Amino acid sequence: MSENAPTRTTVSITVDGRTIEANVGELIIAAAERSGTYIPRFCYHPRMEPVGVCRMCLVEVDGPRGATLQPACYLTVSDGMVVTTTSEKVKKAQDGVLEFLLANHPLDCPVCDKGGECPLQDQTLAHGSGETRFIEEKRHFAKPIPIGELVLLDRERCIQCSRCTRFASEVAGDAQIDFAGRGESIEVAPSPTQPFDSIFSGNTVQICPVGALTAKPYRFTARPWDLEQVESTCTTCSVGCRVAVQSSQGRLTRILGVDSDPVNHGWLCDKGRFVIDAVDGENLSNDVLAAGSRITEPMVRRNGQLVTTSWSEALSAAAHIISDATKLTPTGVGAIGGAALTNEAAFAWERLLRGVIGTDNIDAQYGDGIDAHLVQALPRATLDEVATACTVVVLSGDLREELPIVYLRLRESIVKGTTNLVELATASSSLRSLARVVLPTRPGEAHHVALAIASDDAALSNLATHPQGTAFQPKELAEVRRLLGETGEGVVFIVGRPNAAEDAAIIEAAIATFARRFPEAKFLPTLRRSNIYGALDMGLAPGLRPGRSSVAAIARVSGVTAEERGRSTVEQLVAILAGEQSALVLLGGCVLGNVADQSLAKAALDAAKVIAVTGHGGATLAYADVILPTAVSHERTGTFTNIEGRVSSLAPKITAPGSAWSDVAIASELAEVLGQTLGLDSIFDAASAIESTLGYPSASVLSGSATDGVVVGAVTAPSLAGPLDPMANPGLRSADAVGLGARAGSVTHATSLPTTLVPMVTFNDVSLAPTPSIPLADAYGLRMVVTRRLYDNGMAVQGTPALAALVQTTVAMANPYDFDRLGVATGDVVRLSSALASSDITVVVNSGVTRGTVELVLGSRMHDGSNIVSQHLSSTQPAVVDVRMESR
Amino acid sequence: MASFTAPKIVSSRSEFTDSHTLSRYVATGGFEGLKKALSMFPEAVASEVERASLLGRGGAGFPAGRKWSMLRKAPVSCLVINGDESEPATFKDHYLVEREPHQLVEGIIIASYALQVSQVFIFLRGEFALGLERVQQALNDAYEYGALGSNIMGSGFSLDIVVHPGAGAYICGEETALIEALEGKRGFPRIKPPFFPAAIGLYGQPTVVNNVETMANLPWIINNGGAAFAALGGGRSTGTRLFALSGQVNNPGMYELEMVKNTFRDIIFDPALGGGIPEGRKLKAFIPGGVSAPWFGPEHLDLPLGQDEVAEKASMLGSGSIVVLDDASCAVRAAWRITKFFSRESCGQCTPCREGSGWLERIMFRLEHGGGRPEDVELLLDLCDNIAPGLSWPPQQTTICVLGSSIPSSITSAITMFRSEFEAHVTNDGCPHV
Amino acid sequence: MSHFRTEIRQRAEELVSLYPRKRSAMLPLLHLAQEQDGYLTDEAMAEVAELTGTTTAEVRGTASFYDMFHLEPVGKYVVGVCTNIACLLAGGEELLAHASSTLGCPVGGTSADGLFTLEETECLADCNIAPCVQVNHRFVRTTTPETLDALVDDLRNGRREDEIPPHGTLIRVRRSGGLRVPRAQLADERAAAQTAREERAAKVEK
Ligand SMILES: Cc1cc2nc3c(=O)[nH]c(=O)nc-3n(C[C@H](O)[C@H](O)[C@H](O)COP(=O)(O)O)c2cc1C
Ligand code: SF4
Ligand code: FES
Repeated sequence: MSENAPTRTTVSITVDGRTIEANVGELIIAAAERSGTYIPRFCYHPRMEPVGVCRMCLVEVDGPRGATLQPACYLTVSDGMVVTTTSEKVKKAQDGVLEFLLANHPLDCPVCDKGGECPLQDQTLAHGSGETRFIEEKRHFAKPIPIGELVLLDRERCIQCSRCTRFASEVAGDAQIDFAGRGESIEVAPSPTQPFDSIFSGNTVQICPVGALTAKPYRFTARPWDLEQVESTCTTCSVGCRVAVQSSQGRLTRILGVDSDPVNHGWLCDKGRFVIDAVDGENLSNDVLAAGSRITEPMVRRNGQLVTTSWSEALSAAAHIISDATKLTPTGVGAIGGAALTNEAAFAWERLLRGVIGTDNIDAQYGDGIDAHLVQALPRATLDEVATACTVVVLSGDLREELPIVYLRLRESIVKGTTNLVELATASSSLRSLARVVLPTRPGEAHHVALAIASDDAALSNLATHPQGTAFQPKELAEVRRLLGETGEGVVFIVGRPNAAEDAAIIEAAIATFARRFPEAKFLPTLRRSNIYGALDMGLAPGLRPGRSSVAAIARVSGVTAEERGRSTVEQLVAILAGEQSALVLLGGCVLGNVADQSLAKAALDAAKVIAVTGHGGATLAYADVILPTAVSHERTGTFTNIEGRVSSLAPKITAPGSAWSDVAIASELAEVLGQTLGLDSIFDAASAIESTLGYPSASVLSGSATDGVVVGAVTAPSLAGPLDPMANPGLRSADAVGLGARAGSVTHATSLPTTLVPMVTFNDVSLAPTPSIPLADAYGLRMVVTRRLYDNGMAVQGTPALAALVQTTVAMANPYDFDRLGVATGDVVRLSSALASSDITVVVNSGVTRGTVELVLGSRMHDGSNIVSQHLSSTQPAVVDVRMESR
Repeated sequence: MASFTAPKIVSSRSEFTDSHTLSRYVATGGFEGLKKALSMFPEAVASEVERASLLGRGGAGFPAGRKWSMLRKAPVSCLVINGDESEPATFKDHYLVEREPHQLVEGIIIASYALQVSQVFIFLRGEFALGLERVQQALNDAYEYGALGSNIMGSGFSLDIVVHPGAGAYICGEETALIEALEGKRGFPRIKPPFFPAAIGLYGQPTVVNNVETMANLPWIINNGGAAFAALGGGRSTGTRLFALSGQVNNPGMYELEMVKNTFRDIIFDPALGGGIPEGRKLKAFIPGGVSAPWFGPEHLDLPLGQDEVAEKASMLGSGSIVVLDDASCAVRAAWRITKFFSRESCGQCTPCREGSGWLERIMFRLEHGGGRPEDVELLLDLCDNIAPGLSWPPQQTTICVLGSSIPSSITSAITMFRSEFEAHVTNDGCPHV
Repeated sequence: MSHFRTEIRQRAEELVSLYPRKRSAMLPLLHLAQEQDGYLTDEAMAEVAELTGTTTAEVRGTASFYDMFHLEPVGKYVVGVCTNIACLLAGGEELLAHASSTLGCPVGGTSADGLFTLEETECLADCNIAPCVQVNHRFVRTTTPETLDALVDDLRNGRREDEIPPHGTLIRVRRSGGLRVPRAQLADERAAAQTAREERAAKVEK
């Protein structure tokens, strides 16, 4: 073939006499479906490799030996292929398979969770003969057995389609379930020693085409025909998976993944899926100090006690606090939080704080993220760009634990062999075994490693000063350089804070080095808290302004000198203790759960007047003077901006309990009481204002039909969405009910954004903190690495009993090398001593932990409920935390 | 009259009780074929095999030379020897691994040289404890003797062979299931395409899978030339073959016979071979090539033992095992037991095979043990048709591998040949023979 | 801590080294595990998972596919009686029933003294000496109730221990030779030889 000959991307095939165009490499089943011929199936799932085992999709395909029955889910199209799906022979084969499937299937549809939304039931009604010829005794297994904390297995109902086992090994990479037995006695079985507690376990329930796998939290809570549903966005982390939210009789019952091509492919993590209990707080205590309880009425503190009150009284109390604190200077007030808000609410609060009150002390992060200006200035990668990158460099916490769907998307392309993974490994990671190159990066070294990669060999000598020497070889470094190429084209850096016990400036310096050295590379910063990107885009950080703008950018464009930036979260807490700030507005409430330096946080909260705007209770509220209750996820309308900058819609499914208001309304009303008008009387007003003043997609997303959302600053290409396959997504009510009707088989039209109306942050506007000097490591010590887990002591998990049960007790982990060096053994209780504290903890060996470090998990508890990590962290700490580990 | 003129090619040492030892092997011409092969170009060795027209002895009867020529060129390619022998009533490989392990090893080295493969595994049925010991010993001896390892017999050719034990699953005889088992997985046959492991096999690398007996023929072929082998037998069925005779005959056993020159009558009735049916009973039916094969009746006795000859009459020579049923035996019982075998051995991937085999077995059980209904015969046939549409031979299939489409053979044969017996089972509410 | 005894662990590691991919050693390793424990204990499966780079679910799932692997304890002697077609015609079912009463255990069960487990097997490939019986996968060629009883008596009294070792078919399989060059090197050698031959052939043609 000559070089310029265009390679054909389509072929024509004939399906039931009709000629259709199919894509090269496409499966018959998919090509036929796009052209309107639905071939029945069970084992096939469009997001997994076909296996062709259920044999339901047999169709006739003409070949050298005449037409033969072939699985449409397995055979790819070829030019001129002739496919028949309606002949007598096909019908008999398909009916035969269905009859075989039903032979041993129990007749318990009336009591089965899947009854009413079961693909097997639907197929049977559509094709089954109605009477059974199987008079033998059916196969028996013990009734449902729990195979993990969240999933139950009823083996009698299983049709051996292997969707769940394939999901577990192929998609999630957690082969904690597999088939056991052979032939007729084949069954899905968990491991003999490990429960099926994959953080993706709920997906197996969602894709099971019968009622074999059921979710413990959902079991028996509703019958499918009582369910109502809206399509929305999950706000549990910053990935923003598309979800179908279902309720029954006014209560949330279930969340299912919707197949959004650019985002989640239909998958969800179990935290996002099962977090429902935390929303309605139904099973939880009424104590506002309990994590996860719901706040339903405004409250004020009277005589030291929080008491329920009216909105007008609560708002005026809040207004009082604010005016008192701003008597001398507007900076007497500050706000912390905001990732839990919708974009519209964040916009309204920004107006209130900067416009009405006049303070720039606003920070949606808790000191555990990365410089907000840097985040805004980096060329942002989309998830699709991550999944199609030739090389991905990860300098971040464990993606599986922090951003589960990013992990799935990235893992898929690494396993397929299209993406090379480079890990700058500070801590153990779930992707480790798939990495092409691992550069162990101890705390305090990331910026040197980045420089070394950026071809500065001198940086290597900085690494060699460690008593354990440089952690990697020059040949590994050379390989990384090769993979990154000259300009970083096709490279994505996934960057975040891999270690809470390390000064952020170290990571920020590394990121900046990469950005300067590889101008064509893209970046995916890994801030994980809910709508944090929306909050930053709406200006909720010192110096930022709505529309991804900043004071510095505005000053740069308009030629004026930039005003001084307000205070970050930690700076506000310090300022309170120094008497420079006296009031705090908490947007979302959970300061104690998020700020590493607990003693600082407690002291500051104690000293300040605190207005908490929140839907959920928690320990922080012990310090609140006014509590303003808000609607939370699944109760409110708005937009959400995900990690890649994609704006998608949030739809309410249930009404907020009690007298909770939307955040937009609270900001507006508070402004009124303070004597000003925001002009944002409704969420839609806010959405319109965002779109018209900033050119930021909001109103258009709320009203639009682009269910996949719109990426900020990008022109979305027309995306071809397939029709909703009821077999791939059993349980999704119907195309119309989820608002998928519009995209069923249709094209989402290109949305070009209105020209940006405000200057966006560029690298010129970023001024990073200087990198601290790193103390020399002590040859007998270990550097502390503090990582995060998906199941933590946060509100979402603690408010969901099923998930709370999965939180692991904290242990300290270290590399086998250090175990030998320090003479400890797995299971030993050791004493960890830092400059600040000493604590006793069990150690466990883990070869994924970087040598010379000890790994602990942020916020997870000890057996006695105490949180040891925070004892060693303080806001005035050195750049890294060194500890000694001693046997007791 | 049976023909005994052909030489014994793979069972020539059967009279020696120490045929498995290196000394006996070398004393009886062992490794001569290998020495000759190593003096030839690998391609020339392969063409001798091509010329011999050696049909695979594992059951499918695919010409070994052709299969070899399909091996995709790649840096690493593999040879896998199928010694899983689990087809009911087949016991020739069992004989070869226990009694002629060196001949097997020599054949494998010759094939490896011809194919220039770099990885060789012998997959041996796990239940062959002694066979595993003997083959491993033969390999150990071969290393010692210089026939394996680095620079074999000064030829510059190096080779390593690994014995891999199976663990009790009939389906692992199917070559793609065998490859899965060799990769340490459940023995699920792979879906086709790709149709041949020669393109994508073990670890995704090009792989030739050959039967034990196929390999055992190679030393003789190289020693005597492919043409000498091709001169034996007739048509496509050249050389000799090990036939395993069992069931109701006077002398069950394994006989190496020239292909085509002998008939089923010869092997069952010749006094030097099967010796006829015991106690003066008559032949009722026989299964010509393993239990996957449709049955034959007395009218087929004069059919030559040749692959195409048997295929023309809508059955198969398969694994070369012949089971004889006398007129006192029950066709329903025999077909039931075979169906039970398939039901126990179905890997369980495909719905029609997994569920169909169990359902058929239950119906056959009822017929045999009481509880049969008049409509069961039609139900059996219809279910068989749903597994192998059209019930033709060779069968069409709704399943991934041919185990599925083999299930109906015995049931449809029994119904076609002995329908009245089924009816008698219904009327009698169980087997009238007991 | 290894669950395998030192000698078994060493053999296990050797087996893993024979294959280009660790997981390939699964079946031989499971045979070894049974050689040590008689059946597959959870601890052994965990160790096999570690050796093969798989999960315990995969080890159990794989093991349970194969009839020779036992997930529950079995007797010292696993007696298998074939009832497949050739043996059926020779009285295999009757011999199985007899074995059940002689051994005092139901088919699929283990005798009270823990000595015997009785299994109904599929064809064992010894059909000319039918019905075929195996003990611990050794062919014992006892085709009648009388010879079977004599065998059982021998086993009960420890008279056949040499011939029929307890558990494990690889118990006497030891590899002594072996080619210790990396496979990649072998592949390179093959390629070089191939090129050389082709070049020679080309010269001859000219
Ligand atoms: C269900 C099934 C079982 C088989 N069992 C065996 C077997 O036990 N031994 C064998 O050599 N071939 C068996 N085969 C055939 C193999 O798939 C393969 O064709 C053969 O090993 C190739 O070797 P050959 O070409 O030398 O005959 C079986 C095939 C099927 C479908
Ligand atoms: S036909 Fe039967 S044995 Fe073959 S792959 Fe399918 S289920 Fe397995
Ligand atoms: S075989 Fe095609 S959908 Fe199952």
